[in-house]
Amino acid sequence: MHNERINLDLGEERTCGLTSYSIPIGPTHPALKEPIRFSFDIEGERIVGVDIQPGFAHRGIEYMGMRRNLIQTLYLSERICGICSISHPLTLVQAVEAAAAIEVPPRAQTIRTIIGEVERIHSHLLWAGVGAHELGFDTLLHLTWNVREKVMDLLEQLTGNRVDYAIPIYGGVRRDIPQEKAHLAYEALEYYNGILQQLIDAFLHDKSVEMRTRNIGVMTYDQAIALCAVGPTARASGVKKDVRQDWPYFSYADMDLHAITPEDFGTDAIGDVYDNIIVRLLEVAQSIKIIEHCLETMPSGELQSIPKVPALLAALKKAEGEGIGRHEAPRGEVFHYVRLEAGVEEPVVWKVKAPTYSNLMPWVPKFLGDEIADIPIIAASIDPCMCCMDRVHLVDSGDHGRRAILQKAELIKLSREKTRRVCG
Amino acid sequence: MTVSIGNAIWQGMLILFGAGVLGLVYKGLDRKLAAQMQGRIGPPLRQPFFDVIKLMVKENIVPDKAVGWLFNLMPVVCLAATATALLYVPLGGFAPLLGGYGDLILVLYLLAVPSLAMMLGGFAASSPYATIGAQREMVMLMSYEFPLAITLVGLAWRLSIALPAGSQVFSLGVLAANPLWTVVGPLGVIGLLLLFVSLMIVTPAELSKIPFDIPEAETEIAGGILAEYSGRNLALFYLADALKLVVMGSLIVGLFIPYGLSGIFELTGFAAGLVDVAFYLVKLFAVVFVSVIVVRVAFARLKINQVTRLFWLPVTALSFLGLILLALDRIV
Repeated sequence: MHNERINLDLGEERTCGLTSYSIPIGPTHPALKEPIRFSFDIEGERIVGVDIQPGFAHRGIEYMGMRRNLIQTLYLSERICGICSISHPLTLVQAVEAAAAIEVPPRAQTIRTIIGEVERIHSHLLWAGVGAHELGFDTLLHLTWNVREKVMDLLEQLTGNRVDYAIPIYGGVRRDIPQEKAHLAYEALEYYNGILQQLIDAFLHDKSVEMRTRNIGVMTYDQAIALCAVGPTARASGVKKDVRQDWPYFSYADMDLHAITPEDFGTDAIGDVYDNIIVRLLEVAQSIKIIEHCLETMPSGELQSIPKVPALLAALKKAEGEGIGRHEAPRGEVFHYVRLEAGVEEPVVWKVKAPTYSNLMPWVPKFLGDEIADIPIIAASIDPCMCCMDRVHLVDSGDHGRRAILQKAELIKLSREKTRRVCG
Repeated sequence: MTVSIGNAIWQGMLILFGAGVLGLVYKGLDRKLAAQMQGRIGPPLRQPFFDVIKLMVKENIVPDKAVGWLFNLMPVVCLAATATALLYVPLGGFAPLLGGYGDLILVLYLLAVPSLAMMLGGFAASSPYATIGAQREMVMLMSYEFPLAITLVGLAWRLSIALPAGSQVFSLGVLAANPLWTVVGPLGVIGLLLLFVSLMIVTPAELSKIPFDIPEAETEIAGGILAEYSGRNLALFYLADALKLVVMGSLIVGLFIPYGLSGIFELTGFAAGLVDVAFYLVKLFAVVFVSVIVVRVAFARLKINQVTRLFWLPVTALSFLGLILLALDRIV
């Protein structure tokens, strides 16, 4: 990924005349919460070109996972992302369960759904606060994060941890949500039902927020489709795309779910930052409803299909096959691929694709034509997570000092060569 | 002015020291109160003093590509200009130390010098962030100077009609000694109110505070003009900022609310001075609270084109309307 040149023809001319200059943003910059490098071509205050260089947070986590047994890999997967720390394990367990054909009891499915949705509430509120800070509206940041404390408390009460909840295990969940704890969840949900309208007022009916976000960072419906945007980023452009709706898993199939777009707010989807705020705040409301539904219809029964860990490990060691897992994380679709071989404790292949990876390219049309002052909020609008996303780091071993920039054609050629090598 | 040179220097030192302390205390109050309004605890009131001391002992780094002498000179120019402006502004209910002839215009220019100094310092740093910050500062200066000038000149013009010919109406001391509120009729009062409001809107822009902190914009350009400044140079800018807070606040207090309490309580001598200074501090705080603290808590940062539009259209219109009302008041 390093040094990749992003040069899309998106109807915007790159006019690098004499008056344009370039400013670097990142790898470390106050607008960025995680390292990535942008290089902007600027004319006056207008952005006429953007170059994105990821690859600063690559930890080789898939490699590490392929050298641990599957249960250790599960805990490792929780460390891929610190914000959506349940999304990766939830996806990995789906992939492994598909590969090893492990059944999951319905109560465990429901508990997974609940924790996933509680996490969505905290993640979206966190994003809203960060967005406010990027706009220079710190009051709103502190307000939002103050409100977010309640859901963090709920997560701690339900799972024992504020982050890294360690709830899913292959074939079930590790902790129950007993009746005496359900009222805590109801309490928190009531609190958010009450406060959500205030949040919507503070963000969506505030003149100064609207001035900074309306028609800023626009990605049209067609661009969102062409660039394969996922999650709220795509939905803000009016793309009705949501894994929970399109490919129901856990207990989502029992619910009447639809992808939230700005139309649900009564406005047309423009695909700007304002629409991103709409989608995320309305999804908080949606999550509240989902959790309520889950708590009301919680099935009774087992938590795990194979309760003993040694038995589970033995079953996984015997398993052979491949599987995929998909989960709608707060930022969009997470995808895991796992291949298991009999007699091997480790996953032979573990491939992780985080939503930010799909949402990198939408940055380009979003940035072009806007101003320097819009860079922080546009960068934040896709809710980027670099350490989720960084999977590749090109190291130049042969040609010392030469910086390689690989275009799509070369990448396809390289991957075909590798396929031939592997198969042949 | 019949102050001896020795006395003037002594008083000047006292004013600068006092205003410096006052500015830092108000900066502390600003941070504490803003934090409280945002649901935070906030730093202790003394934090700005710690900041200055810490910056003073820190290393002073000059970037390799910077124009060294210009880069180092500009913080001094900025502080010197602000300190000079301070001596022309009525403080604590007393007449200003310097002045007497047209110092209103001088103050107008002295208020522009710190911005110009920061701009030059930013360009001298030759960092892309500082350059963008400097460009933005330049546009900001062009935006808010017009309503500011209209307001100040309008006041002086109205006073020139009210006072006998030959009075020094462009002197801040004379303006503060003859508050216009009682001179003009009802239309004039409305006009004065409009001018007051436009000056209150100009204040946060003059001080580069949210929503007008565009030249520094932390999340966008990482501190902008100040991005490359560190150590002693940054401390000088910090002090100049604190002094500028006192200058702008005192200017508004002096022009629009110059009243003292000593007359009401029929006090004289030392007690009168003490009461007036205390009341002045309260007035200054009220101005700072309304025009800086509340505003910066309640708004998001604007963009540079939005700021220019705001100052050139509504705020200029506001001050023009005030001026017209003042003129009409004389005719009616």
